[in-house]
Amino acid sequence: MSGIDLQDPPTPPSPAPGAGRTKRVVTEVPSVVDRRFNAITMGAGISVLVLLLLVGAFLLIQSSDAISQTGILRFLTRTEWRTDVQPPAIGVLGLLTGTVLVAVVAVLFAVPLSVFCALAITEYSTARRRKWLIGVVDLLAAVPSLLFGLWGFLYLSDKMIPISTWLSQNLGFIPFFHTEKNASLTGSIFIAGVVVALMVLPIITSVTREVFSQTPPGEKEAALALGGTRWGMIRSVVLPYGRGGIIGGSMLGLGRALGETIAVALLLPQVPQRIGDSIHILQNGGATVSGFIANRAGADAFTVSGLMAAGLVLFIITLATNMIASVVVARSRSGAGVDL
Amino acid sequence: MSTDTTSTMPTPSPAPAATTASPARPAPQRRARRPREFTNFDVWVLVGSVISALCLNWLIFYRLTAGASLFGFLLCSYLTFLAIFGAVTADRVGRLVATDRVMTVVVVSAAAIVFVPLVLLIGYILVQGLKALRPNFFISDQEGITPVLPSTSGGASHAIVGSIEQVGLALLWSLPLALAAAVFLNESRSRWRRPVRIFVDAMSGLPSIVAGLFIFATLILPFAKSGNPLFGYNGFMASLALAITMLPTITRTVDVVLRLVPDGLREASLALGASRARTVISIVFPTARTGMTTAVVLGIARAVGETAPLLFTAFGYDLMNANPFAGSQESLPLFVYRNIRKPDLSAIERGFAGALVLLLLVVALFALARFIGRDRSKRRGTPKGGGAAVQINPDDPLNAPIVPSTGIPSGADPSSHPQQEPITS
Repeated sequence: MSGIDLQDPPTPPSPAPGAGRTKRVVTEVPSVVDRRFNAITMGAGISVLVLLLLVGAFLLIQSSDAISQTGILRFLTRTEWRTDVQPPAIGVLGLLTGTVLVAVVAVLFAVPLSVFCALAITEYSTARRRKWLIGVVDLLAAVPSLLFGLWGFLYLSDKMIPISTWLSQNLGFIPFFHTEKNASLTGSIFIAGVVVALMVLPIITSVTREVFSQTPPGEKEAALALGGTRWGMIRSVVLPYGRGGIIGGSMLGLGRALGETIAVALLLPQVPQRIGDSIHILQNGGATVSGFIANRAGADAFTVSGLMAAGLVLFIITLATNMIASVVVARSRSGAGVDL
Repeated sequence: MSTDTTSTMPTPSPAPAATTASPARPAPQRRARRPREFTNFDVWVLVGSVISALCLNWLIFYRLTAGASLFGFLLCSYLTFLAIFGAVTADRVGRLVATDRVMTVVVVSAAAIVFVPLVLLIGYILVQGLKALRPNFFISDQEGITPVLPSTSGGASHAIVGSIEQVGLALLWSLPLALAAAVFLNESRSRWRRPVRIFVDAMSGLPSIVAGLFIFATLILPFAKSGNPLFGYNGFMASLALAITMLPTITRTVDVVLRLVPDGLREASLALGASRARTVISIVFPTARTGMTTAVVLGIARAVGETAPLLFTAFGYDLMNANPFAGSQESLPLFVYRNIRKPDLSAIERGFAGALVLLLLVVALFALARFIGRDRSKRRGTPKGGGAAVQINPDDPLNAPIVPSTGIPSGADPSSHPQQEPITS
C-alpha cells in the first residue's frame, strides 16, 4: 500500500535508499497533537465498548435477585408471571414464545416482499424511479414505531378481522390457524406480526438491495448473452449470488422484530402464553418480552428485577441473532463488502 | 439499465434457427425479438387481463357466492390476473418470455405494495390528527383538562418542550462520543478497532426498552430513597437512555460516511506534513460534512420518535415542566402513547393530534436529511460512479444513515482502507 510511505514525514528513512531491494522499515513517531488525538478517539472507542459491557453487567446484577429467588431453570422454563405469591413464580418462556412468534410472522411476511422490492430497485428500475423507491423505503424506516403501533391498533386491527376470520374458517385445520369459538380476533399475534413486518421491511430491503447491486455485471451480461430473459438472469445469477445477503438480511430483520417494543405493547394484550395451551396466532392473546416490560413501567423493585432478567434474555437473543446475521453475510460471496 | 443493449436475442421456442442460420430468407422472419420489448399490443394484453380477472372475480365473489372481504377479492383478482396474463403471453410469445413478464409484474407490484401501508398510515394519522389540532395545541399544556372537555382544548406544549430538551441533551451526550468513536474506527490503526466495531454493531441491536431499563436500574432505582430529584424520573435520565440508543446509530452512519472520503485526500494531506489530527479536522470532516449532517439529522429523527426508553425514565407528566433535571417530564411520543391508551375519546383525539405533529416532525427531518444529502451527491456524484463496482448509486451515502446497514461500495475494495494493512507501529 503506497499510503504507508506517505504517512510519516517526520522520520528520516532509516537505511540508505539505494541499498538493494530490502524493505524499508517504517516507523511512525506521532507528534504531541497526534498522541492526544489518538488518545481521545481511542478513549471514545473504548468507552463505547465499556458502555455495552456495563449494560450487560448491570442487567445481570440487577436481575440476579429475581433469578435467584425463582431459580434459573424455573425462570427459563416457566410461563406464568406472578410476583404476588411466595416464593414468586416468574418465568420468561411464555413471553419468549410470543416474541419469537411475532418475529417469525413478521419475517415471513417481510422477506418475500423485501426481496421483490430490492429486485425492483436494482434490476427493474430506471435511475430516477430507483431513487424514488429507495426514498419510500427509507421513509418507511423513518416512521416511528409508535405511529405504526397506533395505526395498527386503531385502524389495521379492524381491517384485518375478515382475513383472520377467513384464515381460521378455511385453514383452521392447521394447528396454528385454529381459533377458539367466539374468540376475539383483534390483538392477535398475526396482526402484530403484520405491523412489525412493515417495520422490518426497510432493513431487509436495504441489505438485499445492497447485495444484489454488487452482482458482477459480467455474470449478468453473460446470462443475458446466452439468451436468458431478465427473470432467467435474476434466477440464475442475482439470486444465487445474493443468497447470503438474503439470509443475513432476514436474520437482521428477525433481530429487529424480536426487540420491537411500542407497537407490540399497543397491539397485544401482553398476557404470557401458557405452556399447556395450544398456540393461537389468529386470536386475541400473546405477549412479547419488550412489550411486557413496557407495560410495567413504574413497577416495584422485585418486578423490575424480573423485568431485567427478561430484558437480559431478550438482549442475548437479539445479540446472537445479529451476530449470526453478520457472520452469514460476511461469509457469503456477495456480502464480503457489506456491513450489517 | 446498462444491460439493456445486450439483451437482443431470439425468443427461444418459435424461431431459434431462423435468426442467423439462413440469411437468404425474407426479412420479417429474421427479425430478432427483444424479450423486454413492450409493444402496444402487450399493453392491451395487460389491461385486458386486469379487466377480465376483475370481472371474473366479481362474478364469483359478489354474484355466485356470498362474497368475502374486499381484501380477499383483490387478492384473488390479482392471482387470477397473473394466471390470465401468463397464459395469454405464453400463447403469444412462448413460455420463457411469459415467465419473465409475469415475474416483472410480480416484482413491480411488490414494490408498489410498499407504498400502500405508508400512504394509509400517513393518511389515517393526518385525518385523525387534524380533528383535534388547533393553534392552542402548541401553546398550552394539559392543565385543568378533564375527560368532559372537547379534544380541541388543552395542548401539548409541555410535551414539545420536553421532546426538544431530551433530544437536545441526548445529542449533547452522544454526538461527541459517536463522532470520536467513528473517527477511531476509521482513522486510527489501533488493534481495538475490531472489537469496538463488533460492539457498536451489537449495541445497535440493543432493544430500546432495554436501554431505558438500564438507566432505570442503574441510576433511578438505587437512588430512589435518597430523594435527590436528579436521580428520579426526569428528562435528564430520558436523555441518557436516548443517548444509548442514538450512540451506535450515529457512530455507524458517520463511520460509513467517513469511509467514503477518498484516500487520496488523506494521503495528500499527510504527504504535505499535516498531522493525523489536522488531517481529520481540516480534510476528512469538511469533505464528509454533508454526509455527517445527514447522519445526525436522521439520528435526531429517530430519537424524536423513540418511546420505549422514555417509559422508565421520563415517565410522563401532564403539566409543563421545563426543567429537565428535576421531576418527570412529558415528551411527544409519551404524550401520544399515554393519551391513546386513555378510555375517553377526547384524549384519544388529542393523542392523534400529537401523533400528527410527531409524524410531520419526523417527515420534515427526513426531508431535511434528503435535501442535505442531495446537495452532496450532485457536487461529487461523477467521480464516484466509475470503477468496477457498477450500479452503486451515487447517493448511497445519503441513504446509508437511515438504515445503518446500507452497505457502502468502498467496503468492497480493500484499497480504501490504507490503515488496515499490517503496519509496525
